Amino acid sequence: MPPVTLTRRNFLKLGAAAAALASGACSRPREPIVPYAHQPEGELPGVPRFYATAACFVGAAEGMLVESNTGRPTKVEGNTAHPGSLGATSVHGQASVLGLWDPERSKAPRRRGLPATRGALERDIADALARFRDSGGEGLRLLVRDASSPTLLRQLDRLVKRFPRVRVHRWDPLHRDRGREGARLAFGRPLEPLYRLEEAGAILSLDSRFLDDHPYRLNYARQFARARTPRDGQMCRLYALESAPSLVGAMADHRFAMSVPAIEGWLSGKNATYDTIFKDLRQNRGVILAGEALSPQAHALVHRLNAQLGAPVSYIEPPREETQPLADLVEAMRKGAVGLLVILEGNPAYDAPLDLDFGAALAQVPLSVHLSLYEDETSARCTWHVPSTHFMEHWSDARAFDGTAAIVQPLIAPLYDGVSPHELLLLLTGEGKGGYDLVRETWRDTDWDGALRTGVIQDSAFPASPVTPRVSPGSIPSQQQGWQVRFVADEALLDGRFANNAWLQELPRADSKLTWDNAALLSPASAKELGVANGDLVDIAIGERRLRAPAWVTPAQADASVTLPLGYGRSRAGAIGNGVGFDANPLRTRAEPWNAGGARVTKAPGRHEFATTQNHARMEGRDLARHVDLTHMDSFRKERPRNSLYPGWPYDGYRWAMSIDLNACIGCNACTIACQAENNIPTVGKDQVIAGREMHWIRVDRYYEDHRTLFQPVPCMHCENAPCEYVCPVEASVHDSEGLNVQVYNRCVGTRFCSQNCPYKVRRFNFFDHTPKDESLKAQMNPEVTVRMRGVMEKCTYCVQRITRARIEAEKQGRRISDGEVITACQAACPTNAIMFGDLSDEKSEINRAKRSPLQYDLLAELNTRPRTSYAARIVNRNPELKDG
Amino acid sequence: MADVAAPLRRWSYGSVSDKIADIVLARPTHWLWFAAFGAASLGTVAFVGAIGWLFVRGIGIWGVNIPTAWGFAIANFVWWIGIGHAGTFISAILLLLRQRWRTSINRFAEAMTLFAAGIAGIFPILHLGRPWFFYWLVPYPNVMELWPQWRSALVWDIFAISTYLIVSLLFWYVGLVPDLATLRDRAASRAKRIVYGLLALGWRGEARHWARFETVYLLLAGLATPLVVSVHSVVSLDFAIDIVPGYHSTVFPPYFVAGALFSGFAMVLTLAIPLRHFFRLHDFITDRHLENAAKVLLACGWVVAYGYFIETFTAFYSGDEFEIAMVKDRLLGFYGPVYWTVLACNVIAPQILWWRPARRSAWALFAVSLVVNLGMWLERVMIVVQSMHHDFLPSAWGNFIPTVWDWITFFGSIGFFAFLFLLFVRALPTISIFEMRELVMEEKKP
Repeated sequence: MPPVTLTRRNFLKLGAAAAALASGACSRPREPIVPYAHQPEGELPGVPRFYATAACFVGAAEGMLVESNTGRPTKVEGNTAHPGSLGATSVHGQASVLGLWDPERSKAPRRRGLPATRGALERDIADALARFRDSGGEGLRLLVRDASSPTLLRQLDRLVKRFPRVRVHRWDPLHRDRGREGARLAFGRPLEPLYRLEEAGAILSLDSRFLDDHPYRLNYARQFARARTPRDGQMCRLYALESAPSLVGAMADHRFAMSVPAIEGWLSGKNATYDTIFKDLRQNRGVILAGEALSPQAHALVHRLNAQLGAPVSYIEPPREETQPLADLVEAMRKGAVGLLVILEGNPAYDAPLDLDFGAALAQVPLSVHLSLYEDETSARCTWHVPSTHFMEHWSDARAFDGTAAIVQPLIAPLYDGVSPHELLLLLTGEGKGGYDLVRETWRDTDWDGALRTGVIQDSAFPASPVTPRVSPGSIPSQQQGWQVRFVADEALLDGRFANNAWLQELPRADSKLTWDNAALLSPASAKELGVANGDLVDIAIGERRLRAPAWVTPAQADASVTLPLGYGRSRAGAIGNGVGFDANPLRTRAEPWNAGGARVTKAPGRHEFATTQNHARMEGRDLARHVDLTHMDSFRKERPRNSLYPGWPYDGYRWAMSIDLNACIGCNACTIACQAENNIPTVGKDQVIAGREMHWIRVDRYYEDHRTLFQPVPCMHCENAPCEYVCPVEASVHDSEGLNVQVYNRCVGTRFCSQNCPYKVRRFNFFDHTPKDESLKAQMNPEVTVRMRGVMEKCTYCVQRITRARIEAEKQGRRISDGEVITACQAACPTNAIMFGDLSDEKSEINRAKRSPLQYDLLAELNTRPRTSYAARIVNRNPELKDG
Repeated sequence: MADVAAPLRRWSYGSVSDKIADIVLARPTHWLWFAAFGAASLGTVAFVGAIGWLFVRGIGIWGVNIPTAWGFAIANFVWWIGIGHAGTFISAILLLLRQRWRTSINRFAEAMTLFAAGIAGIFPILHLGRPWFFYWLVPYPNVMELWPQWRSALVWDIFAISTYLIVSLLFWYVGLVPDLATLRDRAASRAKRIVYGLLALGWRGEARHWARFETVYLLLAGLATPLVVSVHSVVSLDFAIDIVPGYHSTVFPPYFVAGALFSGFAMVLTLAIPLRHFFRLHDFITDRHLENAAKVLLACGWVVAYGYFIETFTAFYSGDEFEIAMVKDRLLGFYGPVYWTVLACNVIAPQILWWRPARRSAWALFAVSLVVNLGMWLERVMIVVQSMHHDFLPSAWGNFIPTVWDWITFFGSIGFFAFLFLLFVRALPTISIFEMRELVMEEKKP
């Protein structure tokens, strides 16, 4: 080959070749995957494609459509057809795409901490299996976190056929065993109640977290919002008795902060409040929901009460699970009866109940294999660590809470040398197939392409079984009195699996607005009694077990009770999650997974600095997040826009506007994190949050007012008389022809005058350079949104890139953008449809309908900024016969 | 007037020139000067270092945040530009009012103005998120055909400050020309003769020179006079055009101008008293001068006090809940101690000047001047920061806590100012020689 000289033609040739090679770096999986139906055929650069898939975060699948830009998954959207999503997404769904691109994910298998090959793993496992062959699998154990995937269940069946004596155990730190046990007591079978909240006239939540971390939370949130829409002066009423702050309590008309024993006592002992509430439940088609912290007997009692009330609830029966509890496994491990332990995801060395001492038992196992996304606490104690593929990288299937199955469809070939749980199981079952073939075989009788396209497998939901509960489920066992310790899944990190996800770490928690921390939640009265304020350390002891944690005071907490969110204090989560917060697991036992009584709480020396995004909880008499009584809706006062000597802006086209319904908003933060994903918003870290420099474009303000928690999402108001515009010296903040306040990043010099003059303080400034430096994180960036450099102001744009995308489509077809065609990222994610966006110039648009609501008002209308974003007041539906709560 | 000039009877044409020119040309440099210069140089190095780090890391090294996106940089800017007011006031307005006593203090007051305004001009640039694009605030022809946004007070600032700087520089320099010629004629070394000679622009003391000089000087005085009022008025509009309580106030322009004169005269005293002491200029800068400055200080102090009162009164009179909340927070909130310190420094402390012996005591005046300087700086910080930290939405409230870099930048700027002033003292006549000669001449007349 002659030497290449650098001529113009050679340069272009080489350049083109390099570009062609580079474009192959993000390849699709080898097997055919099918894009979502409504996308144009063929890959067009710059035109994102959406693929339906699903993922489990809280025990059941959440269907999603993942946006792929030239092969890179960048954004998660909900799947309207999927009952676990209904088009909405959870914060975890939104943040999962960041997990895919996390550069700290485990990249290669390791044997006792040293890099090893997949071949060596296969040999090790084959050797071990050879020993089991004669004993029928005696000593072979499997530990799974979740066994709802039909393909996984099929594989387990096959495994049992091959090794009849294999044992499969299940450990999910956020398990729902008590509810199942309660159903078993009531019906003789572990049925799952499926509430039709939409039909309910009144809801009594007994510490239920049906909006927070229930497997069906997105569906319930949508139903709840519908039930809360007034019709003919009627609206569903919500009573909440709760032991820990939750979204349910924040939305309740009557809220009682009570410890778990107090709630159970209230349920069995009759009293005036009980009678009043049950009268209402009886009259208005009420339904009762029980939370996991309640005893199985209480669950059974609730099933019986629901039957008496004729509550809108049906019961479904998930397939029988052939798994055994973790305790049996640990016992076998300790006896040395386990020869090979395969752990499919989960992190039991970190989150197994303290009294099991899983870590010590694990040391007794000669060969242990741990499959996980990160090299975590459990990986460090196992013989083998095998990197797992992210759900966007592998084939699988998953069931929604109601049983509807969906195919987990990969969007991208595995970034690293990982395998899926199915592929790892193949080493045990001895089949020579891939994950795709396995899943396809599970669903061989269904319309495969259709299932991939819509993201659901039709008619796969579990049938409802008509059942009646037994008359006497047994009395509720009395619990230890005294200080109660309540464990809850952290709303962002859950059991800690998202500890290395910066979006979730920096997501302000709904009630406390804390970021980068968990806290021991105390009620104001308890805090006063202990003499502690926010950030003071407290010692919590249950018997011999003790824990030191920083306190946070919230009026949503019950007295003489402390809530400890799980998922923190990780030691091997990664650079982001290591050493953040405290680990509550050392207080958690098998018998008392959610609530433990008889604790001692004392003040300890020392302080901890918290990073909260909202320093002031009260509205100071200002009419900001408004609420109105259902019976007095006519009296709602709203300001008229004031007159001006100056003419308004001339518009001859679209006039974009937003309306946020505070009656629907449950404060779940999905909008905040969806916006972060869509708009390439950086995280800044704990010290910068403390400094007051968080970057979220839409924040959810939380106020405590009248014993009530009020949420108010605040994006940019896009004012007509925008205070930010006239003060910018370089014209970086300008009004566009459709009424948007646009920020021209490359013109901004960073005087911050606009932020000074913004009464809503929605502008965010890049005090430092926060652009991603890691190639992997760069791949997550939305190519349609500029990544901002340091020294530049930014803020909500009403997702102008989505408006532009719709405009291009409309102009190609020679028409106007139709109503509902532009959906902002926050709007799309919202589980309750609280956010409405559209064109004011279209008289028939949904946004105009929303704006005509008598409850519409502008935030700080007296300043005459005339915002395009407006609010609809929250409606409170108190029971006139009930004075307290 | 006689009182001011009385000590001058001891002096002649020649001895006045000797005395003042010798400070620059002959008098050996005192060790104290070296000590002060060393300290000032350290401050300058810290200032430059802090700016360098700022450019490398970004504005985040300061304590600014959302909601208080403006911090020390803006407060320092307003404070320095305020200090830069007294020089022009003394030179121009007192010249027009024929206050001959100004003669002995106008030169260094003008130098002070120039240095203070120059340092003030640095701060808005440091304050920018992307300081390398500061010139986008200036209307200049460019291919993007983009102009600044004229409704923004920051653009007005650019014009106000640059005009002020140019006119102050011209005024100072033109006033220096005859004295530079004097230094040229007296300099011993050839190098000094060349430097002073070039700077003297060929001044020969001809009658025609003097005639033109007088005309130009008067003209410049006339030009500079409105600037005394306009600069700080425009600076105050940075705040007054905002809608935020604590910023949005019509009293700001006069209130800021009075505050500027207040801090400016305080700084004149802070500089004049040591200058007089170390260079033994008691015959030129007399107790009467100090007393006059003290009276101005007292008068300005009352205007400033009126500003404080009217701000508080208007807030309650308006009935506006946000204004009232802002004032309550100012008095009793997180920054409450700052407010009460401001009142103590700017309102209480100057009242000692009603007492004549205090007005004539260099020590008392020096102490008061320092207190007022501190008080005025705190007032700027209070206005810039406290107004913002509790504005409309309680959810967005937050505190500004200055970082070590905020402090280094602030003290560094004082060091840099001292550095410039110390150089000025040794390189140029601190008192106008030719005007002093005029005064001596007048005194000698029967």
